[in-house]
Amino acid sequence: MRGHLGTRIAQIIPTLLLVSVLVFCLQQLMPGDPALVMAGEERGDPQVLAQIRAELWLDRPLPVQYLHWMGNVLQGNLGFSWRIRQPVSELIFQKLPVTLQLGSMAFLIAVLIGVPAGIIAAVYRNRPLDYVANAIGLAGLSTPNFWLGIMLILLVSVQWGLLPPSGYVPLTEDWRQSLATTIMPAFVLGNAIAAILMRHTRSAMLTSLDQDYVRTARAKGLGEFIVVIRHALRNALIPVVTLGALELGTLFSGAVLTEQVFSIPGFGKMIVDAVFNRDYPVVQGVVLVTAFLYVMLNLVADVLYVVINPRLRGA
Amino acid sequence: MSTTTVAASPAVARQPVVPRSPSQLALRRFLHRPVAVAGLVVIVLFIGVAILAPVITPYDPVQTSWTAIRKAPSLAHWMGTDENGRDVLARVIYGARASLLAGVVAVLIAAGIGVPAGLLAGFSGGWVDSVLSRIVDAMLACPFLILAIALAAFLGPDLTNAMIAIGVSTAPRFMRVARAATLDAASNDYVEAARAIGNPGWRVAVRHVLPNIVPPIMVQGTLAIAAAIIAEASLSFLGLGQQPPAPSWGSMLNSAQRFLTQAPWLAVFPGLAIFLAVLSFNLVGDGLRDALDPRGR
Repeated sequence: MRGHLGTRIAQIIPTLLLVSVLVFCLQQLMPGDPALVMAGEERGDPQVLAQIRAELWLDRPLPVQYLHWMGNVLQGNLGFSWRIRQPVSELIFQKLPVTLQLGSMAFLIAVLIGVPAGIIAAVYRNRPLDYVANAIGLAGLSTPNFWLGIMLILLVSVQWGLLPPSGYVPLTEDWRQSLATTIMPAFVLGNAIAAILMRHTRSAMLTSLDQDYVRTARAKGLGEFIVVIRHALRNALIPVVTLGALELGTLFSGAVLTEQVFSIPGFGKMIVDAVFNRDYPVVQGVVLVTAFLYVMLNLVADVLYVVINPRLRGA
Repeated sequence: MSTTTVAASPAVARQPVVPRSPSQLALRRFLHRPVAVAGLVVIVLFIGVAILAPVITPYDPVQTSWTAIRKAPSLAHWMGTDENGRDVLARVIYGARASLLAGVVAVLIAAGIGVPAGLLAGFSGGWVDSVLSRIVDAMLACPFLILAIALAAFLGPDLTNAMIAIGVSTAPRFMRVARAATLDAASNDYVEAARAIGNPGWRVAVRHVLPNIVPPIMVQGTLAIAAAIIAEASLSFLGLGQQPPAPSWGSMLNSAQRFLTQAPWLAVFPGLAIFLAVLSFNLVGDGLRDALDPRGR
């Protein structure tokens, strides 16, 4: 187990280093001189431009710029927002809890819908319930989440007046209002992942239900519910955990659009606002932190995979 | 001797076995899946509508009309009009051009980068494979849309840059599929034989391995077009894709948000168009996967 963890961490280090190179290179794609963007109205003053270039190390060779930037990143310094003049790391830590709350709720909703739907589809294989579950799953995968969000606002908020159409109340301030403002976006965000989880669960359950131990459990006279839940599902969930973790990227991507539609001041909305304000250090910081979180969450899923799989526990 | 046996059997003589190529068999299997065929028909319809847009609709998609602002769907305007009096149906039809073009071009860019890289990694092995695989891991660590948004932001907001951003962000997935398929194909006897008769490595890869990795690339390509259409709509929705007044399903949804209570039809039709197009590509992709690899069914 420790060896496995060590190997995985060793694999992660070059990946994260390459991610940092990739994120650093993003700035090189920017048309024109970053100093001109930063200087704003003072762009005509060569002294100001030279000062900005010196401050940002833009007058040094690219490898030196990268090493300087990377040194700062390793110390938790992701640079300064060009617009708000605040450290990027501070901004990210302000917004991250909002997206984490939304993401956790979305993942919970996705599990609560996707896993039971996958079980039902597998148990009733090639029967109407299976077809219905598959059709709903495919529809879920094909629906852009920002459109689903708009449609739900139209129906639930505008027509029925049940939930607020936008805004966000922190959990610590008023948990009821917080749930009221996040339940709809969380459902929108969880929808696509529920569809993917449904497909994974169905496929894993079909394999599991064909195994000898399930036949033995049935032969012993156990009820179908016990056979499905205690014998088939326990083994089917092992691949679902790993494959589900891979969908965390979908969650981060989806959060950008969902937060935009529901005006939730989270991580995703921050990157969009930064893009329009040409606040490139914030864009770089968000991409870097998202990639880091994604790699780390995958590591957790990988460890969890070993923990819940008895065959790998001793390895 | 076997000819004599076959000729002696009257049953075989009555029903001659027509030899079919693997692609003919795959086509037969695909055509036996009505849902996938329905998806294909809808895609062909979308393409037809996009090409024949000026013939189909009498309205100009960018021409404003101050006398027809936010009119509900009617016989004159089947999908109503928008906040500038433009016909929504005309904009949905012309929007199909941007979305389908973005989907196809982005996937061609992704395949153009990913397939050669995957072929090279899978066929060369060793340090080339390790380096390319680590680069792909790094790119896949950045969530797809966030990477596409960042690329589109740095390149500048327009449809071409959005296509490049989506293509580059999708490329690692093609590289993964191509690498896995190459590893599978390279272990076959015909590849060994091609090497044994003295063919250079690049020739074996291009002439013998590449044609055999086409089926999984086709499946990945079809499903990737669906994802690219959603990605283009997402970037346009955020203002990073097609720029107004040119029509795009995503940007139409963006402006529809401001008039949700007064003109809900503005949000319904472009979204339905995205849903239908994406669903159709997903159905065809699923159908192709089952037809090309019946073991995975």
